[in-house]
Amino acid sequence: MIQTKNKILIKKKLKTLRFALIGNPNSGKTTLFNQLTGSTQYVGNWPGVTVEKKEGKAKYLGHVIKVLDLPGIYSLSPYSPEEIITRNCLVNNPPDVVINVVDSTNIERNLYLTTQISEFGIPIVVALNMIDIFKKRGDTILVNELEQKFGVCVIPISASRSEGLENLISTAISIAKKNNSPVRVKNFYASEINCILEKIERIISETQQKKFGSSRFSAVKIFEDDQLTLEFINLDKKQIDKINILKNSIKISKNVDRQIIVADQRYKYICEACNKAIRKKHKRKKETFSDKIDKILTHRFLALPIFFFFVFIIFNLTFGSFGNFFKEKISWIVEYPITLFFSDILSKIGASTWTKSLVLDGIIKGVGATASFLPQIIILFSLLSILEDSGYMSRCAFITDKLLRKIGLSGKSFVPMLMGFGCTVPAVMSARTIENKKAKLITIFVTPFMSCSAKMAIYSLIVSVFFNENQPLIIFSLYLMGILVAVFSALILKNTIAKDSDASFIMELPPYRMPTFKGLFVHVWERVKDFLKRAGTVLAGCSVVIWFLESFDFQMQMVQDSQNSILATIAALIAPIFIPCGFGNWQACVALVAGIAAKESVVSTVAVLYNAGNTAELSEAISMAFSKASAFSFMTFVLLYTPCIAAVSTIKREFASYKWTTLAICYQLFIAWVVSIFVFFVGNLIF
Amino acid sequence: MRTINKLKPGESGTVLEIGSSGALRRRIIDMGITPGATVTMKKMAPLGDPIEICVRGYNLSIRKTEAKEIAVEKIANFCGEKAI
Repeated sequence: MIQTKNKILIKKKLKTLRFALIGNPNSGKTTLFNQLTGSTQYVGNWPGVTVEKKEGKAKYLGHVIKVLDLPGIYSLSPYSPEEIITRNCLVNNPPDVVINVVDSTNIERNLYLTTQISEFGIPIVVALNMIDIFKKRGDTILVNELEQKFGVCVIPISASRSEGLENLISTAISIAKKNNSPVRVKNFYASEINCILEKIERIISETQQKKFGSSRFSAVKIFEDDQLTLEFINLDKKQIDKINILKNSIKISKNVDRQIIVADQRYKYICEACNKAIRKKHKRKKETFSDKIDKILTHRFLALPIFFFFVFIIFNLTFGSFGNFFKEKISWIVEYPITLFFSDILSKIGASTWTKSLVLDGIIKGVGATASFLPQIIILFSLLSILEDSGYMSRCAFITDKLLRKIGLSGKSFVPMLMGFGCTVPAVMSARTIENKKAKLITIFVTPFMSCSAKMAIYSLIVSVFFNENQPLIIFSLYLMGILVAVFSALILKNTIAKDSDASFIMELPPYRMPTFKGLFVHVWERVKDFLKRAGTVLAGCSVVIWFLESFDFQMQMVQDSQNSILATIAALIAPIFIPCGFGNWQACVALVAGIAAKESVVSTVAVLYNAGNTAELSEAISMAFSKASAFSFMTFVLLYTPCIAAVSTIKREFASYKWTTLAICYQLFIAWVVSIFVFFVGNLIF
Repeated sequence: MRTINKLKPGESGTVLEIGSSGALRRRIIDMGITPGATVTMKKMAPLGDPIEICVRGYNLSIRKTEAKEIAVEKIANFCGEKAI
């Protein structure tokens, strides 16, 4: 009995606390999250890295802490999906403490969000981040002054150098423990407005109405005519009338509305507080280091050439001799040491031919064929990560906005599209930063046409067989074709379903930062881990299934010639569709179907189907099965057709519509089929 | 009336009023472009649009169409960014 009682006591002591990190994009939330939880989320210098909330665990002096990393927001308005996620989280599942991450080098705009969160009525502690950079400028800050002005605890920290974190956590814990005492909300408004807000607060408190956050927050939102809040609170007619009288009692000059009044008063309050709290060392130099870099990188004449140069360098390093060198090394390792090692072991333990075939022809051949392009993934993602971490990516959006607008997109679509060359999944997710719904829809629709890195394996294999002399040129033409189809599709959408997609383009241009090795490593490791996971599960599974289907016939007898296998019989039914494209053989068909599970499986499937143990055998088999024209047409189809399951499900989630998802899939299949017929036709004339 | 897009690179202005509507207007306000705030024109993108402005100590990129909605009064001989 006593023991159980003790256990309960201990459990009570170790009550799990929930912290939520909220702050502006680029304020260092994710870095702080990683420091607190020891996890390795990847951090970018591109506003909107955390597009979904992430949860991690931390332990501190016997406390178990659940840390929630919420997407970066500028306001709780809520107009963007990020703002809605954050607001809903605060309402439906309020954390014990909000850690409001504030970038001290950009303090005014960051504190604007602080005023809103503190009005929400949830206990809050402000983490004054990047204090090291702030101090380096020679400025000083009176933390007490800020604490007094905003009625919250303010802890200066540097998340990247892990300074001040202990202080932050212990403060947050002590605030969380005092959870029962109601939070006193500071007044940020002039007395006239404050008076009206107080009256509105009283009106909503009259009845036992649901509140949205604290009564102050609700009152402010009602004052601003925030529709979502009004619907949520659901006031009765009498209350609405009373409130309307109050609202109209303030004199409003022309072209000012109540939203502006609220924002303006908040900013005024912040300005005043900052003027008191911050001592500047001397007048700031007119040009910062970032400005100097920007002078070159966004120069009127130099910007575009530099931009294209960077894109060229990325492609050249990834697909040129540098990437190929590593690729060949891995192929060699899989073909010789690994295959020999396993066949030796299998022979020694006296495995049956059946098992031997499964392991060597099925798994190793399938997975090995795809593993060889791991180096190219690493190179591509390292380079993209450097672009992102440094802050150049947002400049790319700045430079390309005008071009992309012509096809109904915005500069912000540039990032998803460039990332699409790496992997469609994160690329489609990053399209969330686009506020305009139509521009976002078009972006998601066309991003899969940016040839993802998994398709590289297919191209490199086929190109090395048929187009050995001008490999880079052929691969480049495929990428170009993908871009052209994307532009074409965007134009169609812009002029039909998603008309008037004139997106706004309001984007922060963060200061340049030196990419850190850690950031680079985390970013790349995330992708490699994902690839290895797929290789171990989807690819290995696919290889085994395909090996089985092509090794046995319907009587479950092992077949000598895969022509008689189950797979051949089924695939032969679909194959005729692809006759006009030039690859109406059943093997190609199976490979394409397998490619829907994961694009890497196209190569592994081909390897298994042609029973090719090494590159030489595989090359020979392919050169027999395809002609130059049909090989090019096959690559075209792979380029354009439906992306892998993971990408499709992400697209579905972002569209939040089965209709659009189905439309996208049908469109991709159709356009792939049409374009490959065209390519086959032209190819036959040229080659 | 002068709007932000009429400022030359290096010139600053005080925001007078904000046109536009709905979410876009809200976004502009939330980003700190409120009446009374100082805005400095930094540069135009290589293709002439969007523009880069400095407001409340940070850099923001907005399109000319949005800039046209924000009326400003030019500040004479203002040098340097607005202090944080």
